[in-house]
Amino acid sequence: MKQFMHDFLLVAKKDLRIEIRSRVIINQVVPFAVLVLVLFGFALDADQRTLRLFSPGLFWVAVLLSLLLAIQRSVSLETVNDSLTGLKLAGLSPIAIFLGKSMAIFAQIVVLEIFLTGGIIIFYGSVIEDPTLWVVAGLVTAIAVSVTGTLYGALASGLEVRETLLPILLLPVLAPVLIGATKAYSGALGETVSNGWQWTGLLSLFALIAATLGSLAYGVLVEE
Amino acid sequence: MDVIELHEAMVFLGRFPALAGVNLTVESGEIVALQGPNGAGKTTLLRLCAGLIPLGTGSGKVLGHDLFTEQQSIRRSVAMLGHTSGLYDDLTVRENVTFWAQAAGLDKTTAFERAENAIERMGVEKRLLGLPVSRLSAGQKRRTSLASLIVRRPQLWLLDEPHSGLDQDGREVVDSFIKEVVNAGATVVVASHELDRISALSPRIMTVVGGVALENEDQ
Repeated sequence: MKQFMHDFLLVAKKDLRIEIRSRVIINQVVPFAVLVLVLFGFALDADQRTLRLFSPGLFWVAVLLSLLLAIQRSVSLETVNDSLTGLKLAGLSPIAIFLGKSMAIFAQIVVLEIFLTGGIIIFYGSVIEDPTLWVVAGLVTAIAVSVTGTLYGALASGLEVRETLLPILLLPVLAPVLIGATKAYSGALGETVSNGWQWTGLLSLFALIAATLGSLAYGVLVEE
Repeated sequence: MDVIELHEAMVFLGRFPALAGVNLTVESGEIVALQGPNGAGKTTLLRLCAGLIPLGTGSGKVLGHDLFTEQQSIRRSVAMLGHTSGLYDDLTVRENVTFWAQAAGLDKTTAFERAENAIERMGVEKRLLGLPVSRLSAGQKRRTSLASLIVRRPQLWLLDEPHSGLDQDGREVVDSFIKEVVNAGATVVVASHELDRISALSPRIMTVVGGVALENEDQ
């Protein structure tokens, strides 16, 4: 267990250090996500009532589109110079690599969610009525999309057309997460009467299943 | 002791037999050079010996570990330098080498000390240690890659085109490095197109053609 934690933290810290150093999340992914929010505003004719009503869905669509960038980046870290072979030769546990890379993406998604929360408050005039639900649902959803994204990133990494194939593979799988997270955030915003906590429970179940399946499958996927 | 023992080893990439019945025995402390045209199977042979690709048919052992059942044990005991650097471009030289030392299971302090020694041994200039790897020349990257492998203290080195992209100085660094690790008791299998260079290092040269490895007759 000690070795597992060592490997897990090593991979997570390495990926985060690279992201902090390269500033891709702050300089590219966050501006992209905020731009998506603004474009939705233009598309919906800047009607604040409509924007407020749809803001949970728009929020999570922006997160999912940005997630694709984060996953592509995470995969390319290991493939561009074939560092993945080094990780295999070092004998690191595939589960530790999977969870470490997921952890790094989770941290980036949380940062993204913070910016997007500010974005919907400023641009759409949204008011968060249940901040606890907002935070918990946001964290649980971040786990769900991070582990699923890392798994599908590994699945697509061996394919020559991974940049274009990843969205086609990943987004349909994350459709239930999009629905659940939107319902949970609608509840947190008081826009609907849906029970946000129940949806958060379902999201937790999804995250648990995805993390378990990912841990089991990742080692097989990264092998040749 | 035989470090590598392959008997009629076949490796399939899909349905394609990338190795078509290789027989190879490498003893401890040997330098074995592999030559042959592109696509002949040199890299596949090295990756097989590293436990990175599965043995299709035949049998084989690397460092006493069975290629069918003990791939993980093999991986931990070998170092493989491939065509790419294996480094993280956004991390510095020091961070990269320390990371790979920690990945080998060393604690932070030991990893740092071993990384410093390895960097010094490979002659990476001190002014470069804090630079991201993306800003290094090909030669400095190669030195850093070797430093990141030294920290693991492997018993078997598998080097795939170690001289490619290097200037004269860099090539000499690689050559002296190979001699040094063999003098220290390790075994080296090196694939290279540079026959003159390699024959100066190793009396044993094998030609890989069409997925088969043949001993050179003029040895």
